[in-house]
Amino acid sequence: MSEVPRFWREAKHRYRLVGTRCENCNTLYFPPRDICPKCRRESVGKMREEELSGEGEIYSFTIVHDGLEQFKLQVPYVMALIKTKEGPLVTGQIVDCDPSEIKIGMNVRSVLRKVRTEGKSGILQYGYKFELK
Amino acid sequence: MRDVYVVGVGTTRYGELWDQSLRDLASEAGLRALVDAGLKAEDIDALYGANTSSGQFIDQEHIAALISDYSGISELGIPSIRIEAGSASGGAALHQAFLAVKSGQYDTIAVGGVEKMTDVPSEVANEIIGGSLDAEWETFLGATEPSIAALIARRHEYDRGVKRENYAILPVISHKHASMNETSHFKNVIKIDDVINASLVAEPLTVYDTAPVSDGASAVIITSDKKKIKSASNPIKIKSSSMANDFLSLHDRNRIDTFKAVKKSTSKALEGAGITLEKVDGFEIHDSYSIAGLIQLEELFGKEALRMSENGEYYYDSSCPINVSGGLKAHGNPLGATGVYQAVEATIQLRGNAGLRQVKDSRNFMIHNMGGLGTTSVTTILGVE
Amino acid sequence: MSSIVSYGSYVPRFRIKAEEIARIWGENPENIKGGLMIYSKSVPGPDEDVLTISAEAAKNAIKRSGIDKSTIGAIFVGSESHPYAVKPTASILVEALGLPNSIHSADYEFACKAGTAAMQNVMGLVDSGMIENGLAIGADTSQGAPGDALEYSASAGGTAYIIGKKGIADINRTYSYTTDTPDFWRREGEKYPSHGGRFTGEPAYFKHVLMGAKKMMEMQNTKPTDYDYAVFHQPNGKFPTRAAKMLGFKEEQVKDGLLTPIIGNTYSASMMIGLSAILEKSEPGDRILAVAFGSGAGSDAFDITVNDSIRSFNKNAATGVMDQINRPIWVDYANYVKYRGKILMRGE
Repeated sequence: MSEVPRFWREAKHRYRLVGTRCENCNTLYFPPRDICPKCRRESVGKMREEELSGEGEIYSFTIVHDGLEQFKLQVPYVMALIKTKEGPLVTGQIVDCDPSEIKIGMNVRSVLRKVRTEGKSGILQYGYKFELK
Repeated sequence: MRDVYVVGVGTTRYGELWDQSLRDLASEAGLRALVDAGLKAEDIDALYGANTSSGQFIDQEHIAALISDYSGISELGIPSIRIEAGSASGGAALHQAFLAVKSGQYDTIAVGGVEKMTDVPSEVANEIIGGSLDAEWETFLGATEPSIAALIARRHEYDRGVKRENYAILPVISHKHASMNETSHFKNVIKIDDVINASLVAEPLTVYDTAPVSDGASAVIITSDKKKIKSASNPIKIKSSSMANDFLSLHDRNRIDTFKAVKKSTSKALEGAGITLEKVDGFEIHDSYSIAGLIQLEELFGKEALRMSENGEYYYDSSCPINVSGGLKAHGNPLGATGVYQAVEATIQLRGNAGLRQVKDSRNFMIHNMGGLGTTSVTTILGVE
Repeated sequence: MSSIVSYGSYVPRFRIKAEEIARIWGENPENIKGGLMIYSKSVPGPDEDVLTISAEAAKNAIKRSGIDKSTIGAIFVGSESHPYAVKPTASILVEALGLPNSIHSADYEFACKAGTAAMQNVMGLVDSGMIENGLAIGADTSQGAPGDALEYSASAGGTAYIIGKKGIADINRTYSYTTDTPDFWRREGEKYPSHGGRFTGEPAYFKHVLMGAKKMMEMQNTKPTDYDYAVFHQPNGKFPTRAAKMLGFKEEQVKDGLLTPIIGNTYSASMMIGLSAILEKSEPGDRILAVAFGSGAGSDAFDITVNDSIRSFNKNAATGVMDQINRPIWVDYANYVKYRGKILMRGE
C-alpha cells in the first residue's frame, strides 16, 4: 500500500520538527495542531509554524525487544519521550547508543534518519530520531 | 428515566480458537446470551456490535451487518451497528446501548463484542494493536503499544518510587483467578518471578506484563421491558455507565503516569450509581498491561493502592477483589470483546454463579474498559438492589 | 574567485576493524593494515544513507556559517550511492534543511569526485553572480562486495561546503583532468561495484591525481613547499601517501587530512572530509592543495588559501570531524552485515 501523499504532507514536520505555536496563549505544540487545546476557538487562525531546536532531555525510555517489522534490523531499539528545550514532549527513537547506558535526564539532540521504507520499490520515509549529546 | 437490566449473558471461550471465524464466534456468544435471557431474536430491537480492528485482522468491515446475517436474523431487519473506541469498544457499546434503552428509544438491545486476532501472525497482530496509538506521531516512529506502556512504567518508577514487584503482582493475581474460570485463555498459575524473568517485550515489561492475543466473543442482552425483566431468571441492574476521554498520546499529557479519564469516568459512574467506592464489592479493570492496571488502581484508591496490593487484598477471597474473571491478562484480550465480557463476569458474580472464584456477598460490581493507555475510559456499575 | 564560507562533516559512529573483516575471510589482517594502511572503517547505521549523512553534514556547515539560509541559491549533492536511482537527494535536502524553494539543485555522480564536481559548479554560479551562496555536498555509503578487497575500505561519511563570495578560505583556482579509464565501475542495477584490481593504481589513481596536482602547481607557479597542507583522494592509506611522496610533499603536510586509515574510504566525501579536518586546525595564510579523484576517471584539484576571517569563524557551533571520529561504536561482522542489509530477509 502506497502512502505517498500521507507522508509527503507531514514531511516538513518530520524532517525539521516543525510544530505550531498558539499566538493566543503562546504555547508551542509538537506534533503540530490546528487548534490549541487550551484556547480552542480563540486559537483558530492563530496557530503559527515554528521549528524546534531538537535539543532536549530524556523524560522516559524503553528498550523495545518485540519491535515493529519495519524496525527489525534495529531491534533492540530505544523508544523515548524527549522533553524538548522549548517544552513539548516528543516521542522518538534514540539511536547510536548502547541501550544499557540510557538514563532519564540525559541530554539528546535530534538527527535526521530513515524511519520507514515502503518495501524495496516504494518511497523512503525520513524523520527525526535522537542521539545522545 | 427507566431502569436498565442485564437479562442474559453469553460468551465463547477465549484463546487461540483456530476452528472458529469471527462470524462463528459472534453468533455463538449472541445465541448463548439470548438463550440465557429466555428470549428470541424477535425480542431484540437493536444489535450493537463492538469490535476494534476487524478491517485489519480479517479484512472485513461492516461486521454488525455480517453478524446479524450469519446469526440468521437478517429477515427481521434488526438495526445493527458496530461501535469502535479502540480496546474500549466493548465498554463503549455497552455504554451506548445503556443510553439508548434508558432513553426509551429501544427497549431491548443485544450488545456483542468480538475480535478474531489469530488469523494473522503474532507480529502483524502486534502492529494492529498499535493502531490505538497515534499512527503519525507514535507508531510511525517505531512505538508499539507495549512500548508506550513501558514509558509509563519507567517514569512511574522514577517519579513515585514504585517498584517492579508493585505491578508485576497484577498478572499473578489475574492468572490465579483465570485458573478458576472455564472460559479463560490461560489457566496456569504464575509467580512474580515468572513475570519479571519472562522474555522482554519493552523494558521493563515482559511478555507476562502484557495481555495475550486472543480470539473470543461475548454478549449481553439488556432491556428495560418490565415483562422481560420479570421473566428473566436473575436480572442484574445497570446502575450507571460513564465515559471520559484524554489526549490520544502520552506526549500531549501533563503527566504520563496518571489516567485522568479513568478518574473522571469512575467517579462519574459512582455518582451515577449513587454509591461510594466502599460499596463496590468487585472490580474488573483493564489490565492489558500490568502497569496500566496499577495506574487504574491508583486512580481508584490513591496511595492505598500499593498497600492493598502488598496486603494481598486484590484476590477474589479478600477485601477488594480485582479481575476475578482473570482479567484481560489471563482470561484473554480479544480487544473489542473485553468490555462486554467484563459485564458478563459482573453478571455471573452478582447472580452468585461464579463457582470457585465467587466473590462473597457481592452486591455491586464496577467494570472498567479502556482504549489505548488512559485515552478512552468507560466505567459501568452493575448491581443488585 | 569564490571562497569557502563554511564546512561541516558527518561520520557515522559505527566502526568495524580490519581484523574483524579479515577474520571472516581468512586473510592476514597485517596485509591490510600494513599494505593498504586501513585499520578500521565507518559503517552507516541501518537507518542512515546518503540523504541522512548529507543532511547532518550540511546542518553542521549551516550552524557554523551563521548565514541566513535564504541566501543559499544552489545545492548539489555528489554521490555514487544516492538512496534513489531516480528522485533527487538534493530535493529532499531542500526540505530537510529548510532551504528556499527558489534554488538550483541537482544530484551528481562521478565515482569519488562527484562532491568536488558539485563544489566547482557552485563556484561557477557564485563567480558568475547567479547566486550569493551555494551548498556542495559529497557523501556516500559505499558497498564493497563481501570478501572483496574493497570491503576493508568502502565506508560512509559526508562533507558539505558552503561556497560564496566572501568566506574563510579562498579558492584561488580549480582544475580538472578527465580521461576514459575503466578502473572501477558499477553497472545499472548491480549492488556491488567491480574494479580492475591493480589497474586501479598506476593508469587510474596515480595518473589523474598526479596530473591534477602538477598542472595546478604549474598554473599557479607553486611548488610543494609553498603549501602548508596537501590532501588527496584516499581509496586507502597507501595511495595518497605514495602520491604525496611522488609529488614531493612531506608527511607533516598530509597527515592531518589523511583519515582513511581510521574511517575508511568515504568515496565522494573522501578528499572533502580530509580538507574539512585541515580547515578545523588551519590558521590565516595557510595554503592547501586538494586533489580529488573519481574513477572512470578524472581529478579535481583546488588551490586554497585560508584568510583572516577564519579567526572569527564559529567552528564550535558544530561537532568537529575529529570529535566525531573519536567516538566510535565498534561492531562485529555479524552486526555489520545486518546494518548493511546484506542479510536476506523474508520476502527478499
